Amino acid sequence: MKKVTEASQAVAEAVRLCRPGVIPVYPITPQTHIPERIADFVNNGEFDCELIYMESEHSAISAAIGSSAGGARTYTATASQGLALMHEILHIVSGMRLPVVMNVANRALSAPINIWNDHQDSISARDTGWIQLYVESSQEALDTTIMAFRIAEDKNVMLPIMVCLDGFTLSHVYEPIDIPDQKKVDNFLPKFTPLFKLDPKAPVTMGPVGFPDTFMDFKKQQQDAFDASLNIIKKTNSGFKKDFERSYGDGLVEGYMLDDADYVFVGMGTICGTARVVIDTMRKKGNKVGMLKLKCFRPFPEKEIIDSLSKAKAVAVFDRAVSFGHKGPVFSEIASAFCQAGKRPVLHSFIAGLGGRDVTLDHIEGAFSRIKKEKLPVSEWLM
Amino acid sequence: MLEIRIHGRGGQGSVTAAQILAISAFHDGKQSQAFPRFGVERRGAPVEAFCRIDDTPVHVRSQVYNPDLVLILEPSLLEAVDVTAGLKKGSNIIINTSKPIAGNKLANFKVFNVDASQVALEIFKADIVNTAILGAFAKVTGIVSLKAINKAIDERFEGRPRIIEMNKEAVRRVYEQVN
Repeated sequence: MKKVTEASQAVAEAVRLCRPGVIPVYPITPQTHIPERIADFVNNGEFDCELIYMESEHSAISAAIGSSAGGARTYTATASQGLALMHEILHIVSGMRLPVVMNVANRALSAPINIWNDHQDSISARDTGWIQLYVESSQEALDTTIMAFRIAEDKNVMLPIMVCLDGFTLSHVYEPIDIPDQKKVDNFLPKFTPLFKLDPKAPVTMGPVGFPDTFMDFKKQQQDAFDASLNIIKKTNSGFKKDFERSYGDGLVEGYMLDDADYVFVGMGTICGTARVVIDTMRKKGNKVGMLKLKCFRPFPEKEIIDSLSKAKAVAVFDRAVSFGHKGPVFSEIASAFCQAGKRPVLHSFIAGLGGRDVTLDHIEGAFSRIKKEKLPVSEWLM
Repeated sequence: MLEIRIHGRGGQGSVTAAQILAISAFHDGKQSQAFPRFGVERRGAPVEAFCRIDDTPVHVRSQVYNPDLVLILEPSLLEAVDVTAGLKKGSNIIINTSKPIAGNKLANFKVFNVDASQVALEIFKADIVNTAILGAFAKVTGIVSLKAINKAIDERFEGRPRIIEMNKEAVRRVYEQVN
């Protein structure tokens, strides 16, 4: 069904269609409209799930461990300080290999107090062992949430996933979306059957002590699962295309006007939409510009990035987060990926759109003109 | 692409108006996007909401800086904010007011005065003009049809038949006010 609705509500529709059995959430600020809409569905009898209001995000994600370990498909959502409060438990979800799916409506972290969009919250959770997917539009938010359950629950993956959508800049925007049929989603996403679960009739121990003789083996398995997930994400994206006639690049990265582009914009989330408009305008004037949208930040698709960018003359990486004392996190990782590559473009770093500062057409067009002129790498904050 | 800015006060339903406009455009076969000026909403304070309408999908995600049209829900906003900021010369301004705006503040623009408050007071017994003023938008621009606005009202106020009827009536009467 096609309709105009809010991105948060589109995500809630996706969650309903995926039929999670348990949804523990903290219902107060900085929560999004996603659980609010889910609560409507449950209240109206349109969605049969255990929606639990917890006393904090720390508790919400802890409850998610219990329910996922008990064998239920489990979902939650948060943003900003809420994600920060979950931090220690995020490691436990991934370490226990529980395929929890969570939407993060990306927002700044205090101080100063700020409720607006940037990526500092999820980027700060980069090393918690969660797959991280970033989306550009409401449709992509909806579709990626559905894909996330299938990727997370794949027996070769068994990792939790954050589906990150820009707070306000996407979460509060109304635009047309296509909501898939329940039957099609059921077909795409079979029932969750865990390999092991907490069951009094067949007791197992989960999350016990890992002594020095085993701990590192568990961590290596987690890393191997991330390596394996690259291919599973690609396969899920192409499977989604077959069933729903929509897909997003190869599932990891998506190019726009990239094939013959000399100058390339790289970014994550909604700024990629704005970049498309800039590229269309500049192309009409004969500029060979293009975009690489980074959809998957963890696992980091090194090979796909090198393949996509090695022909370019220069690349402008836009980060909506900072690693204080260093540079933009996406920039650093792309630079490190190119360390091993033979041919590489000049890589430029731009920090933009922190705490809701608008990223405009002019910012992106300005960055393109800048990297066309500069021979040496630029590292700049677009104020 | 048509970019619209709606000026109102917190509690007057500016965001709802932008949403209904986006839904209406979609029912007329167009692509659209609606969003508020992201911030901390306070009742009575000046607020803004935006709508973009185009024939092709709307990809741009930045704020609206140069609107093609401005909708103003009440005349006191002219004293509080610069309602013409970034507005292209000669553009349309639709304003809810009981008397024409004095002075030449809006001299460079094409101003349509509608008394949506009068209509709203008669129909809702309250000064709620966020949907009613969309009637004037339909008449002035021809970008969305009355039929599509009615359909959007059905959708937005689903399950509240009396509210739906009153809103449709308000939209129709303000539509007819524009010459």
